[in-house]
Amino acid sequence: MTNWAWFGLRAGSLTTHWPEGPGPDGQEGVRGMPRFHPERCEAGCRDCVSACPTGAITQSQDGQTRIDYARCITCQRCTEVCPTGAFEATPDWAIAVRDRADLVFGEAGYAPSVPHPQPAQRVPYALKRSLHIRHVDAGSCNGCESELEALLNPFYNLHRLGIFFTPSPRFADLLLVTGPVTIAMREPLLRTYEAMPEPRLVMATGTCATGGGIAGGGYACHQGLAGILPVDLWLPGCPPNPAAIMEALLVLLNRRPTRVSRGHLAGS
Amino acid sequence: MRPCTTRILPADELLAALSDLLPQGERNPHRRLRMAYARNLREGGIEALYCLSQCAQEPYLLLRVRPEGQRLPSLANRFPLMGWYEREMHDLFGLEFEGHPEPYPLVLHEGADPVHPLRVAPSSEPIGFSSLPPAAPVMVGSEIQRLPFGPVRADIVESAQFLFFYIGEGILHYQPRLFYKHRGMEQRFEGSTLMRGVMLSERVSGTDSIAHALAYCQACERALGWAPPPRAIGIRVLLAELERLTNHLHFFGELAKMTTLKVADAEGHWLEERAKQINGTLTGSRFLRGILCVGGLRRDLDLTSLGDAFAALEPEVVAYLERLEDTRSYLDRLLGTGRLAREVAFDQGATGPVERASGLDRDLRRDLPYSGYETLCFEIPGQSGGDAWARALIRRDEIRTSIALIRQCLERMEPGAILSEAVNLAPDPDAEGLGWSEGTRGALYYAIHFDPERGVLDRVKIKDPSFSNWRVFPFTVQDTNLMDYAINEASFGLSIAGADR
Repeated sequence: MTNWAWFGLRAGSLTTHWPEGPGPDGQEGVRGMPRFHPERCEAGCRDCVSACPTGAITQSQDGQTRIDYARCITCQRCTEVCPTGAFEATPDWAIAVRDRADLVFGEAGYAPSVPHPQPAQRVPYALKRSLHIRHVDAGSCNGCESELEALLNPFYNLHRLGIFFTPSPRFADLLLVTGPVTIAMREPLLRTYEAMPEPRLVMATGTCATGGGIAGGGYACHQGLAGILPVDLWLPGCPPNPAAIMEALLVLLNRRPTRVSRGHLAGS
Repeated sequence: MRPCTTRILPADELLAALSDLLPQGERNPHRRLRMAYARNLREGGIEALYCLSQCAQEPYLLLRVRPEGQRLPSLANRFPLMGWYEREMHDLFGLEFEGHPEPYPLVLHEGADPVHPLRVAPSSEPIGFSSLPPAAPVMVGSEIQRLPFGPVRADIVESAQFLFFYIGEGILHYQPRLFYKHRGMEQRFEGSTLMRGVMLSERVSGTDSIAHALAYCQACERALGWAPPPRAIGIRVLLAELERLTNHLHFFGELAKMTTLKVADAEGHWLEERAKQINGTLTGSRFLRGILCVGGLRRDLDLTSLGDAFAALEPEVVAYLERLEDTRSYLDRLLGTGRLAREVAFDQGATGPVERASGLDRDLRRDLPYSGYETLCFEIPGQSGGDAWARALIRRDEIRTSIALIRQCLERMEPGAILSEAVNLAPDPDAEGLGWSEGTRGALYYAIHFDPERGVLDRVKIKDPSFSNWRVFPFTVQDTNLMDYAINEASFGLSIAGADR
């Protein structure tokens, strides 16, 4: 008969101190968002545009390249097809932003295809050290759920940051949405939002939720949360890894600054 | 369709032909219908395709039928597992199945606009939808409680609704309503290049990325006659077994969670995290995405540190599984829970560990080997108990098999090319191919048809193992009790994204 308590004590703490102290973030070798070096671009070349499976990379008439990281599924295809190395594979995981326009690189900037409601309020100070999340799967591939569940394993142990998942929307401060929003999940999603007490926050998690991803569009899906709910925080990634989700939650709570602005990652 | 034998049949001979091919009551795990789907013909009209296996080590038989005036005879009364395939063909193509025992919407819920989205040209606009309650039996009785649970449920889980009718603890009737997550993935392949198809297949069921990409790539390769080089084949098997190991470790973490063993829950998920980190370091993706492509691999992998990573992980996994089995409360909750009889498993179409735990000895890695499995040495575990415990034993033994297979692959790996030289040839315009793989959750099929004018993918059918096992699962819930439900569901290890697509 196994004495689990004894094995638990013997194993000790397996939790990393990251991000509040030194320690591994667990993402060694994981590839993130490709970085774009426009100065290396060859005039007239459209290889990346035609290879991008989600239309995240576009080019204007005068040859200006625009990248919408909210649509990037980190497939790395642009880094493979680019003949001049203008797209570089990096370990930079997706960083959450408050303003959707900050996920777009390029002079053309961001113009929403559908008007989407803006979040009304600032994040209340009271949530800073105690946040309760209600997760809703609005049609994901289960990759995002797998990484959200990972947040509760002993390595990340999200609870130590004062962040918890709650079963009922009535107790939730944050609605964390994954998936492109399928036609059948739209109403349950909206009703979950309505069941939450104010102030209520919304986080679009994963590229399906931020920009539709590879599944968005078509007969059964919307293009993510744009035009459906007011979004306080946008976190792309396919799926965003647990460290990226953790950092995003701390950005939401003003415990860490966002490192992305207009499609540029600070320090790159 | 390569590599199948094909027969073209008139619609009215279909049932008789299948009854001859698949004798009633035989229940040989190698002789069964595998999937059915429809597609639009270029010259107009619809074709329905039925895929069946007749014997291990033999190519599948494909029956092609042209429905007369959108109508086909229903096979669901004689072959119950066809029930969902026919309802899917009805929802997506508007085919009518005469005499269907459950003529209700499945993939597109009640309240969806009555268009048949795969029958018409692909649209970028979602179809109209206003939700209505599902067709469900009426149960009357003063003690009977009705509980619709979901689609937004407690915990971090996928969306689906479960309808329970119960008295006290006893479940009288259970009806899952899936397909809240139906994304129309099969149509997203239409008009795609081969490479975009890989990205799509990796995202049908996120935790089965390799199984899906492998079945998809093999379907394309068979259609086009491209053979991946040996190193690519070896690395594909390695990745497929890494995926199985990761998923099975997750399975035990979940089973420990449902049996309220807090430390075992933490340890199981910790081992899963370790496997995911090994995956991330090896391939750049914790879900092993971005490596496979049609014809081989997109890039070579550095396998030098994998052996050491495994040497550290393996003894911990073995000790963890032993500790679980030495826990009385764990055995108590699993033994006898959610029993699935062999006959039901066969008739309703169970696959993977679920069928192997109910006495059906079938595994594509051995019975219809692909990607070099025929050159590797491994055993397929079997059990006949059919309960949650038997399903856990199968997965325990599969973990050992996976570790042994990873070892063998590493030992045999030789340097070499990773992409077939044939990939620059133009595709044969009329090519069609069937690909398969034995994923963590069971048999997975991709059937691929090309668009000859544009040289891109046309119809792609995906048969995910969870589509089969979700149909079977309710048979183990009826007449059991509510306390066992969560454990029973965890013991099936189902994916909703895969079933819904």
